Amino acid sequence: MTESLPLISFYFFGAITVLAALAVVTVKNPVHAALCLVLTFFSTACTWLLADAEFLAIALVLVYVGAVMVLFLFVVMMLDIDLAPLREGFVRAMPVGLVVAVVMLVEMLALIGVRTMQIPAPADPAAAAGMSNTTWLANALFSQFLLPFEVAALILTVAIVAAVPLTLRRRVGVKAQDPARQVAVTARERIRIVKMPAEKPATDTGAAP
Amino acid sequence: MITLAHFLTLGTILFCVAIAGIFINRKNVIVLLMAIELMLLAVNTNFVAFSRFLGDPSGQVFVFFILTVAAAESAIGLAILVVLFRNRATINVAELDSLKG
Repeated sequence: MTESLPLISFYFFGAITVLAALAVVTVKNPVHAALCLVLTFFSTACTWLLADAEFLAIALVLVYVGAVMVLFLFVVMMLDIDLAPLREGFVRAMPVGLVVAVVMLVEMLALIGVRTMQIPAPADPAAAAGMSNTTWLANALFSQFLLPFEVAALILTVAIVAAVPLTLRRRVGVKAQDPARQVAVTARERIRIVKMPAEKPATDTGAAP
Repeated sequence: MITLAHFLTLGTILFCVAIAGIFINRKNVIVLLMAIELMLLAVNTNFVAFSRFLGDPSGQVFVFFILTVAAAESAIGLAILVVLFRNRATINVAELDSLKG
């Protein structure tokens, strides 16, 4: 029983993954599709846990479910989308899509073959080396892959910096304060000191007002 | 006992579902982006499985990088989508033909 428990859980999580993925591409409402995608990611993370990839499973939940899918939901809810024209051609394209997908599936499964079914899993390489999966991963990441790691950080920074000016909108005629101009203002721009005598000099006629 | 073929089969099914999704949701950019995420997930599953069964950490490091690039990609993609919707008031792929010439 304990021998077959991982296999049973794999089938369970795999079935949920596939069903949720099918729901993502077939449901009508994009919000429901995004939520089904969250379920897909979550159950895939569970199958990764069964493959002893704990760090990546947690990272998938944190990064995808926590950040990317929230971004998706945010955008889907922000856009006021008329769904009717987006659904046209759904039934018409269905046979072609199904044929292509099934043919690809059969081809790939034939490549994978049934012979690999017999190969049992070796011992967990991280546990065999006497460390956790995270340590095992970090040893490779911070030695052999240090430069790609830093490039990945750069890519993320560029993506953040690029996303801001893409969506930035400058509207004209907005009565907002500009703090930079407020700080940079000089006294000369605000007041003008006029030098003039305090009173008119007395004239000879003596007709002072 | 879970074998390598189990994971590869799961990845294959996910990938083919995403392919079918791209065919049947040709008009909706958001679902297209979601299908691309599903494809990346399928590839990542294969990477994790091979890394586990070959005992090589490089596969899992690659998954890490794919996650990074996919996060950047969806951030930029959704930003472009927002700008697109602001300018054209539609996300229907069939109506985005101003480059047709």
